[in-house]
Amino acid sequence: MSRSRDLILARVRRAVAGVPDVEVPRAYRGPSGTPGEIRLFEERLRDYRAVVHVVDEAGVPERVARSLAERGARRVAVPGGFPAAWTAAVRAERVADEPPPTAAALDALDGVLTTCAVAVAETGTIVMDAGPGQGRRALSLVPDYHLCVVRAGQIVAGVPDAVARLDPLRPLTWISGPSATSDIELNRVEGVHGPRTLEVLIVA
Amino acid sequence: MSAERPRSPERPESVTFLGMPATRPFPRNAARAVRDSQLRFNLRKATRTIRARRASVVAEVPDWAALREAGRAIKDHTLRNLDRYLVQLEEAVTAAGGHVHWAADADEANEIVAGLVKATGETEVVKVKSMVTQEIGINEALLDHGITAYETDLAELIVQLGDDRPSHILVPAIHRNRAEIREIFAGRMAGWGRPAPEDLTDDPAALAEAARLHLRERFLKTKVAISGANFAIAETGTLVVLESEGNGRMCLTLPTTLISVVGIEKVLPSWRDLEVFLQLLPRSSTGERMNPYTSMWAGATEGQEFHLVLLDNGRTRVLADEVGRQALRCIRCSACLNVCPVYERTGGHAYGSVYPGPIGAILTPQLRGMGSELDRSLPYASSLCGACYDVCPVAIDIPSVLVDLRARAPHPWPERAGMAAAGWVLRRSGRLARMQRIGGRLRNLAPRRLPGPLAAWTDTRDLPEVPRESFRDWWDRTDGGRR
Ligand code: SF4
Repeated sequence: MSRSRDLILARVRRAVAGVPDVEVPRAYRGPSGTPGEIRLFEERLRDYRAVVHVVDEAGVPERVARSLAERGARRVAVPGGFPAAWTAAVRAERVADEPPPTAAALDALDGVLTTCAVAVAETGTIVMDAGPGQGRRALSLVPDYHLCVVRAGQIVAGVPDAVARLDPLRPLTWISGPSATSDIELNRVEGVHGPRTLEVLIVA
Repeated sequence: MSAERPRSPERPESVTFLGMPATRPFPRNAARAVRDSQLRFNLRKATRTIRARRASVVAEVPDWAALREAGRAIKDHTLRNLDRYLVQLEEAVTAAGGHVHWAADADEANEIVAGLVKATGETEVVKVKSMVTQEIGINEALLDHGITAYETDLAELIVQLGDDRPSHILVPAIHRNRAEIREIFAGRMAGWGRPAPEDLTDDPAALAEAARLHLRERFLKTKVAISGANFAIAETGTLVVLESEGNGRMCLTLPTTLISVVGIEKVLPSWRDLEVFLQLLPRSSTGERMNPYTSMWAGATEGQEFHLVLLDNGRTRVLADEVGRQALRCIRCSACLNVCPVYERTGGHAYGSVYPGPIGAILTPQLRGMGSELDRSLPYASSLCGACYDVCPVAIDIPSVLVDLRARAPHPWPERAGMAAAGWVLRRSGRLARMQRIGGRLRNLAPRRLPGPLAAWTDTRDLPEVPRESFRDWWDRTDGGRR
């Protein structure tokens, strides 16, 4: 193949010739296998200034409709696979993601509803893997408001549990709070390019 | 930007370009920086804030030491088997529909990227902040090909609009305060695209909003993006980018062509290794439990065309050095900058490289060689206090590497002469006693500033006062204070 490929690999081999290999000690906490605590997850999310509600399964449609109404959202994206029952009470217009809307069309929406693949209690993180109810990556990025429904069973304790559950060949987005920056005098300011409001509905 | 990128014909093969020319030595840069009281104030405030945040989120992780140990070992194991993992990464990315390119140096990487952009027919690209693209000076190189690269990270935008240089790995505009940022936005945004709002204030939220509006249109219409990556998983071909603002997600997701330039040391063997690094990196860098956004993808994703450019640019030379190779473990968290008493006072520009602070002091001279006065001076840009080693999430023993590099940098002759004279005096106690008595008698003649070439010493230090009587004479006279 390329000359530089051979050159770089040869340089690497010369550089490490005779160097002993290293065993990796994994004495840290690996995947715990225990479910993540809802209370901790909630607290961590609030630390990032996300809006959080905990509801039971029957309360989801009502809560989704209320959140969208309070937000004044008129047109929201709802990806394929998002449980139809959860949007039963929604008054806003629901925009499907098939065929995929253009970026400009997404920019004109008031928000997006999604589920997630996994959530991490210890770090307050939601992970999306473009599976059912989540849509393509742009869908939860371009609109300024993201409402994510997380089932209690999806919450794991720590980062190692989440890594173990995820498929590395899928496009993954780990979200910990709304878009933010610390670039101005290291103050955390919420809201730059991603959704400036993240609302999380935990179904317990 | 006004970078004077050295052109290849005048540049010998072995010189590694690191984003800015190696010019004045560190002490002269530092002397200028410490006289800038605004800069010192901005830096002190910023580094203190972030130090406290890091300390508190690290303290809440009970197995931090074990994670750090695993992080160190994973990196060492990877570097030991780097050839194997690079080939495995190439196979995995290719199998996932991506294209892999290899670049021996900055010029080659820039040529590859320029060629790929040209093949799309586009003349504008959006960029995600990455150290490696700064290192190779890609913006200037692309401009030579008629391609404009737009920075999209807030701090990088501040730097680009201000025609400035980054001064920190993580927060490149850490040397600017909010009032300065407002000035830059108000004065310069219009020249690059959507102007800043008329009534822009220096409220951080208003400044962030101005950046959001300025860049949104650009994100929606640009077809090509250039990124780096924090990690590349050999086993699966997964690339990982950590960020805060969402500009990374925009660049990685919306354009139809994505080009990622990644240093060869960024590879990790297995998917599982992320359970270590996704804990070490965010807590060490922004001092958060987790950064707002992390994107991971393998190969061509959601219809996108994907190119991975693997870059050497001096890394294999560092790898060959027994002591110095540990610098390649670095995950660019910037914790060592934030705790460094030298960095806190001089800022990043004094280091004359895109890699400032303690990591820069060991990485720059190794990547670039010790040919220039600046690069020889960098191993001295430290008091060897060891704070950088303590906070480093991959346990790079920066002080030891500094000492090793110092031993290799040739010392100037007055210093060698002074050391030889001191050695002669100190070897015999009688000589020392005689010299001390002479010194005591002549003490009023001692200058504030040493003459000739020795002035370099007193330029950065106050000469100690010579005491009237030496400790030995005092001890003899008073019998250790009893008389
Ligand atoms: S040397 Fe260590 S502390 Fe410094 S940036 Fe690299 S990983 Fe972070």
